[in-house]
Amino acid sequence: MRVPIDWLSEYVEVELTPVELSERLAMTGTEVARVLHHGPLSADNFVVGKVLSAEQHPDADRLRVCSVDTGDSEPRTIVCGAPNVAAGQTVSVALPGAVMPDGTKLGEAKLRGIKSSGMILAEDELGIGGEHDGIMVLTDDLAAGTPLAGVFAVSSDVLEPELTPNRGDCGGLYGIAREVHAATGAALSAPPWSDDPGASTLGSAPAGISVTVDDAALCPRFTARIFENVTVGRSPIWLKARLAAAGQRSISNVVDITNYVMLVSGHPLHAFDLDRIAGGELTVRAARDGEKLTTLDGEERTLDGDICLIADADGPTSLAGVMGGSRSEVSDQTTSVLLEVAVWDGANINRTSTRLGLRSEASSRFEKGLSPEGALEAQAMASALMLELTGATLVDGTLDVGGDGPAANVIRLRDARIISLLGTPIARERSQAILEALGFTVTAADDGLDVTVPHWRRDDVTREADLIEEVARINGLESLPATLPLNRTGLAGGLSREQRMIRRAEDVLVGRGLSEIVGWSFTDPQICDRLLLDDDHPLRALVVIENPMSSAQSVMRPSILPSLLDAAAYNMARGAEGCALFESGSVYRAGPSDDGMAASEHHGLGAIVTGPVREPSWADAQPPAARIESAHALVSSVLGALGIEWEVEDGELPFLHPGRTAMIRTAEGLLGWFGEVHPAVAASWEIEQPIAALAIDIGRASALAPTHSIFSDLTSFPPLREDLAVIVPSGVAAASVVSCIIAAGSPLVSRAEVFDVYSGEQVGEGRVSLALHVDFAAGDRTLSDEDVAPLREKIVAALKVELDGELRG
Amino acid sequence: MIERVTEIQKQAEAEISAASSSAALEDLRVQYLGRKAELPQLLRDVAQLPPEQRGEAGRTANQARQSLEAMIEAAAAGFEAAEMSAALADDNVDVTLPGSPLETRGHHHLLSATRREIEDVFCGLGYSVVEGPEVETVHYNFDALNHDPAHPARARSDTFYIEGGGEGPEQTLLRTHTSPMQIRIMEQAPPPIALIVPGRVFRRDSDATHTPQFHQIEGLLVDEGVTLADLKGTLLAFARAIFGADRELRLRPHFFPFTEPSVEVDVSCFMCEKGATSGGERCSLCKGTGWLEVLGSGMVDPNVFAAVSEHGYDPDTHQGFAFGLGIERIAMLKHGVPDLRFFYENDLRFLRQFG
Repeated sequence: MRVPIDWLSEYVEVELTPVELSERLAMTGTEVARVLHHGPLSADNFVVGKVLSAEQHPDADRLRVCSVDTGDSEPRTIVCGAPNVAAGQTVSVALPGAVMPDGTKLGEAKLRGIKSSGMILAEDELGIGGEHDGIMVLTDDLAAGTPLAGVFAVSSDVLEPELTPNRGDCGGLYGIAREVHAATGAALSAPPWSDDPGASTLGSAPAGISVTVDDAALCPRFTARIFENVTVGRSPIWLKARLAAAGQRSISNVVDITNYVMLVSGHPLHAFDLDRIAGGELTVRAARDGEKLTTLDGEERTLDGDICLIADADGPTSLAGVMGGSRSEVSDQTTSVLLEVAVWDGANINRTSTRLGLRSEASSRFEKGLSPEGALEAQAMASALMLELTGATLVDGTLDVGGDGPAANVIRLRDARIISLLGTPIARERSQAILEALGFTVTAADDGLDVTVPHWRRDDVTREADLIEEVARINGLESLPATLPLNRTGLAGGLSREQRMIRRAEDVLVGRGLSEIVGWSFTDPQICDRLLLDDDHPLRALVVIENPMSSAQSVMRPSILPSLLDAAAYNMARGAEGCALFESGSVYRAGPSDDGMAASEHHGLGAIVTGPVREPSWADAQPPAARIESAHALVSSVLGALGIEWEVEDGELPFLHPGRTAMIRTAEGLLGWFGEVHPAVAASWEIEQPIAALAIDIGRASALAPTHSIFSDLTSFPPLREDLAVIVPSGVAAASVVSCIIAAGSPLVSRAEVFDVYSGEQVGEGRVSLALHVDFAAGDRTLSDEDVAPLREKIVAALKVELDGELRG
Repeated sequence: MIERVTEIQKQAEAEISAASSSAALEDLRVQYLGRKAELPQLLRDVAQLPPEQRGEAGRTANQARQSLEAMIEAAAAGFEAAEMSAALADDNVDVTLPGSPLETRGHHHLLSATRREIEDVFCGLGYSVVEGPEVETVHYNFDALNHDPAHPARARSDTFYIEGGGEGPEQTLLRTHTSPMQIRIMEQAPPPIALIVPGRVFRRDSDATHTPQFHQIEGLLVDEGVTLADLKGTLLAFARAIFGADRELRLRPHFFPFTEPSVEVDVSCFMCEKGATSGGERCSLCKGTGWLEVLGSGMVDPNVFAAVSEHGYDPDTHQGFAFGLGIERIAMLKHGVPDLRFFYENDLRFLRQFG
């Protein structure tokens, strides 16, 4: 919305500069996005001129040499290229020294040998409309030399306020004027609809038209007046200039009047050519599915049953509250006009304009919800202009279906409530003055004020808190004290255990040299194929977005892995040899979750490491490349930090290397996986080297973490350590060897850990040698070799029997 | 014998004094005090002397041996320190070479680091941190938060809806703000409550200043006697913790469906003085206004309490304030990040600058 200050000043005596006014409005709740300027920066040197004579230029066919009276002692010579310039015309003249809207300063210039001291102006030269087919011709009652700014708005600052959705009443200049009045104390004029030429016609409907409203909920009020003997033509220059400053194009006097009144009152109007309303009857009804209507912009629209339209005997003729239809459009031939001012259901208009992709000045105002009373205000203002500018006569009667809105609400505003909500008092007199300035009616009450809400704030101000906001915003929040809440008891605050655990896990990875990324929750549905998921794989249960911005962002990610691969590919395409990344965030699965949420979401922690495990350096020129054991180590670090007991088991996942996939098993079930990304998957991200990866359901993991550790005495009786080298068939998992040793040595084996793996000639084909540290400990004494020797024998025997293992000699 | 001992001692003392390295001293020790040396031999021979001579001879020889041992030890100590210094001085490396392994510090993403920083400020003020679902329902995201049925944010042009997500209040969508947790928490816990809700939110918007996903932190405090002035004090504490102790706060009236009154909150610019840099230039951060818009907030709307009244929230006795801020916005302001896109590109050259 554009608010030309020059025009606004007709309703309120603005004394602040545009910037000051913007700041004041911003501090009282109306943000001003921009301050613009329309027309030349200054109106100086733009005056009214009288063309005394216009002669053909001796050396140029297209130029005329005019003698123009501009109020000076002598007429001045102006060379003019317009075809329509003629003696006797009253015109707009830019004198030498005038600065044109594009910034050029007008001087005296010779045109084909004749000195021209000024310029006779066409509309577009002042930013009024696009017409350049001739100069502007003004009315003859203007005296030569009159400053042009006194005739129409030559130069105006323009505010562009950003209206909040609750302020439908500020969709017109008069509403803004009322805000300016309340915010600055500037005097407010009476509303421009105070004098209704049709006041005497209220109460009876005009002859020649009937209106049926099928659904009053969609159309709370429908009013119409009929004008006859209308002469459709051009609008006067002052009207064109105002519309132009507000960013609107002039079309014809009748259409311009509807736009002008909308811009002032905030209430959209629509003019029908009465003779083109078939059957002389209008019906407001819901459209039928598939029904078609060609709107004023020439587009044929296909409607549905939720859309409200206005139909005549021949079918749809207007899209209610959004845009008129071309069939009943006012044209040059129009002589009878039906002026409709209605109120539509905001939610319905919003749906319609969204569904049709059609937003208009009208729809954006109706969406905010307009008051029924405002319809007759717009009728009153438009009627006066119709009579004045089109020569029309008003047919007796005002059609009115629906009438005024509900009775005004009266709300008690208690002084005590102001203090308790704001934390600071506002004097009752001050509250009263503010509310009255905003158009509320106020009477005194014992403990405050009884406040009657004006119709234009009916939907917005319904409770005491709303009144307090009105008073507070106009009174200003600058002086509000800054305090902290009192009476706080029992609120310790802090992170939840899960949040602390997640932070701990993230910190472990950062400490291990990984960098965190933040990926997109959105992904491409093709992600399932890229991850080689089978058709019935559970990860294919995608959360699908109904209205995505693109197909590449049309589903929610089912795994944390792809965004990590995206980031790795991005960085490797930019020269990184490898990378170590992690992400901590939501992953999604369709269908209700265990706790009744609409979709299953869990907090995933994923990491990938590819390339050298450390950056090569002068002392460590060829560090090994990251493989599955790198991921394993990271899982150990994270789960170890959380104190979670876990085991590794062989696994199978379509997106991981089939020989290098491990599942993370806890007593509560699987917690995640680690391994190496399947080379075919890596290739789809154009990565040709092994990628170690892991994913942990960290939300669930943190719930498994013990709340606190209990002391164990590990220092009084140190363990006895033995190293064992065991040769087993190469299919035997290291974890089986460890658990065999622990079981056989129970209860004195406190730990068994593989520290070396060897296969080769010395152990024979199909065999592998594992070297393990085995710790023996008892909680109540230091063990001796004699204690351990029998256990050692038991372990050797168990390895032999259970795993076909033997001690390496 | 005593003469011989004295002679050996004198000779040994002279040689020890003249010795020039710990190796030479070791040779002398073997020569004079070793198993086959003369002085220990003499000492052993004392037993064969007549009894009346044994005492003096033994004493003399023993003293000589102890004296020489002490002398060698003292001399050796001096040499060892000097020799170790010399050896260490030879054993040098170019200390300006990089560490190895090279710096393996990882990094928190700037958004996470900023989120933690803000969480910690509010934890210190006694707030709990809670999180909620990103796939939400129309009820929690709009209806219960007093959004008008025609509120433009509900439009399909603004909000992502989930396919097959049903109709009416139970229709599912991607939450457009972290505010739904206001309702979920109030359903679970009676007042007083003080909490913040960090999390990812989604809006159908993508241009230079919007990404379709971004991160917010919601705050909610409900108790008896909570005022707008308390909101101002709380946010002032936040602003000073994040942007510096000299910051001031400005509240501008605004409109949000779930608060009344509603205010936008500006923090005084930390790069300039009232819009002008120290060099007198127009500040590029605050565009010369002296203020940075950081968040929206207000007093909880009575209608929001009405939606949870059965859980102990009575608009007549309880008041509260709520606020919502964008983590991206705070991070950009504080760290001078010029473009939102950096946050989601995950370029290591960006990631390694922070956290």
